[in-house]
Amino acid sequence: MPTAGLNRGFAKRGFAPWADRTLQPLLRLEALSKRFGAFTAVDQLSLDIYQGEFFALLGPSGCGKTTLLRLIAGFEQAGAGRILLDGIDLEPVPPHRRPVNMMFQSYALFPHLNVEANVAFGLKQEGLAKAEIAERVADMLALVRLQNFGRRKPQELSGGQRQRVALARSLIKRPRVLLLDEPMAALDKKLRGETQFELMALQRRLGLTFIIVTHDQSEAMTVADRIAVMDRGRLMQVAPPAEIYEQPNSRWVADFVGEINLFEGRVGDDGTSVEGTALGRLRVAAKIDAESGATVWVAVRPEKMRITASEPPRGEAGGTGPENCAAATVIDIGYLGDLSIYKLCTDAGVSVKAALANTGRFTEAAVGCDDKVWASFPPDAAIVLTR
Amino acid sequence: MTNRQRQRSFMAQFVVRIPYAWLVAFFLVPFLIVLKISLSQTAIAQPPYTPVFDLAAGWHGLRNFFADLSFDNYALLGSDPLYVLSYVKSVEIAAFSTLLLLVIGYPIAYAITRMPRRAQAVLVLLVVLPFWTSFLIRIYAWMNILQHDGPLNQLLLGLGIVREPPAWLATDTAVYIGMVYSYLPFMVLPLYATLEKLDEQLLEAAADLGCPRWKTFWLVTLPLSAPGVLAGALLCFIPIVGEFVIPDLLGGSRTSMIGQTVWTEFFANKDWPTAAAVAVVLVCLLVTPIIVFQHQAMRGTEHG
Repeated sequence: MPTAGLNRGFAKRGFAPWADRTLQPLLRLEALSKRFGAFTAVDQLSLDIYQGEFFALLGPSGCGKTTLLRLIAGFEQAGAGRILLDGIDLEPVPPHRRPVNMMFQSYALFPHLNVEANVAFGLKQEGLAKAEIAERVADMLALVRLQNFGRRKPQELSGGQRQRVALARSLIKRPRVLLLDEPMAALDKKLRGETQFELMALQRRLGLTFIIVTHDQSEAMTVADRIAVMDRGRLMQVAPPAEIYEQPNSRWVADFVGEINLFEGRVGDDGTSVEGTALGRLRVAAKIDAESGATVWVAVRPEKMRITASEPPRGEAGGTGPENCAAATVIDIGYLGDLSIYKLCTDAGVSVKAALANTGRFTEAAVGCDDKVWASFPPDAAIVLTR
Repeated sequence: MTNRQRQRSFMAQFVVRIPYAWLVAFFLVPFLIVLKISLSQTAIAQPPYTPVFDLAAGWHGLRNFFADLSFDNYALLGSDPLYVLSYVKSVEIAAFSTLLLLVIGYPIAYAITRMPRRAQAVLVLLVVLPFWTSFLIRIYAWMNILQHDGPLNQLLLGLGIVREPPAWLATDTAVYIGMVYSYLPFMVLPLYATLEKLDEQLLEAAADLGCPRWKTFWLVTLPLSAPGVLAGALLCFIPIVGEFVIPDLLGGSRTSMIGQTVWTEFFANKDWPTAAAVAVVLVCLLVTPIIVFQHQAMRGTEHG
């Protein structure tokens, strides 16, 4: 997760159709609900997805993200609510007639057909001419770099190759929306990273709309224009990755995406401080959107925490004031190569996490276990959460 | 190899050798005996063939033994059209029965896989249940049903489908009814096993790519169930060729399958050598389908 902060990905400059009030969404979900017996998988979910977005559904297992995908694809029938594609209600449309294609987690390649036949399968159903099908299949295979694998059967391919066949097969029909169900779950880390960028490049090039379901946060942060964080069938927050990470709207989102330090307290009279936290009185940069005395939480990401050997000086430019710091002992260090996660325990017994980049090639850490340090953070590094 | 390893590998081999020895003793040796009898001549004696294998006669006796063996019986099989017709009839009935079994068995197996999980186990059990009763009794039951004044004709007359009660017994139709009834589980079970393993997501993928339900069946389900179809077909065809009871009890004198021919030669004509020759030729006839079946079964276990 910490690498996501460094791996900002392929952000499209200025691309924010959701902010444009004149634009109609490509896909609109209206109060969608789906139950399996007593279990509610999707709970009155409303969402707009725009043309050209790479949209991610992120959440823990069982949050309903795959069910939502299957509802859009047509494999499940919603109990309530509507799905509108280009303004048309998809409810009466069976899956084989929806202009939506899905790439399955298990790829679901037809084992009795070779790669070419697999990729051509969707086109054959459209009744196109043989020559045209052959041409489009060849183009698509070249696009996913499998030109020489046309005659092979899926069993003779590696996991990454199979994934590309599945992608080619679902893209060749030029769907309005491409649904990807944890497409990279079966790939190793390096391949996953490469495939993420390939997918993004492909999406931009073809100008399609992708909806990806993933439980991997860094994957969602890397590829998506917007992320919808889900929990138990409901949307917790829908925003671009940076906003989700830096401006979570709740403790749940702050805690789910990445690591967070949370300090509970009450809003101070001046509106920019929080009192009574485990670290004492904390000062934040922005005005707090809550009444004086209300219970709030000060959230600080570990990489925004600073560790110093001595107490931070007061009033220095760039230094923190006396409020946002505490003396602590280093309990544990997690070495991740590019950075280290420090688990601290303040003298008051409060657990604090800090992440620092390993900027020097030292074989011995500057800060070691059981060291006595000062943990601090600047006021603008914190965000105040009201729920 | 350590002593321990040697011990273990001996035990492992021993375990394999027991069924191997069983097969040799109770399958290979009897087959060799039948083969030997097929090369002998009929004799009014006990046993009713010569020459007889007798080690007591020593080396000279052994040489005489091999000299007396001949392929006369096989020549007879080739020359008399009765036998050729019998083989042809057997293959014909077996092929058509297998086809009927496929047409009837596939929908049954497919329907079972569409049922909820718990119901499936019960339904498969119901398909196999008749096997718990005696095979002969079931064929007798069919004789009863297909009688001139039996329940089937009563039903047909009662429903007004026919005016005169048709004759069922002693016809090819009765044989087919008997075959299909008896061998249905052999067709349904392999088909069910293959269809049950079919990945649902493949069907969803086909639908996602634009295939309506019926087309998905033809393009995805059917081709992927081919191993099950082959297994079921061979599992039925091979034994049906050699069937005796069903054609004997339900069929007429016109339908003479190879099993009945062997019976006639053995019991009626007391001609052991000819009967043995007929049996050996039957085995040779079935070698090809058996090898195909074996090959298919091994491929199945490889893919797992």
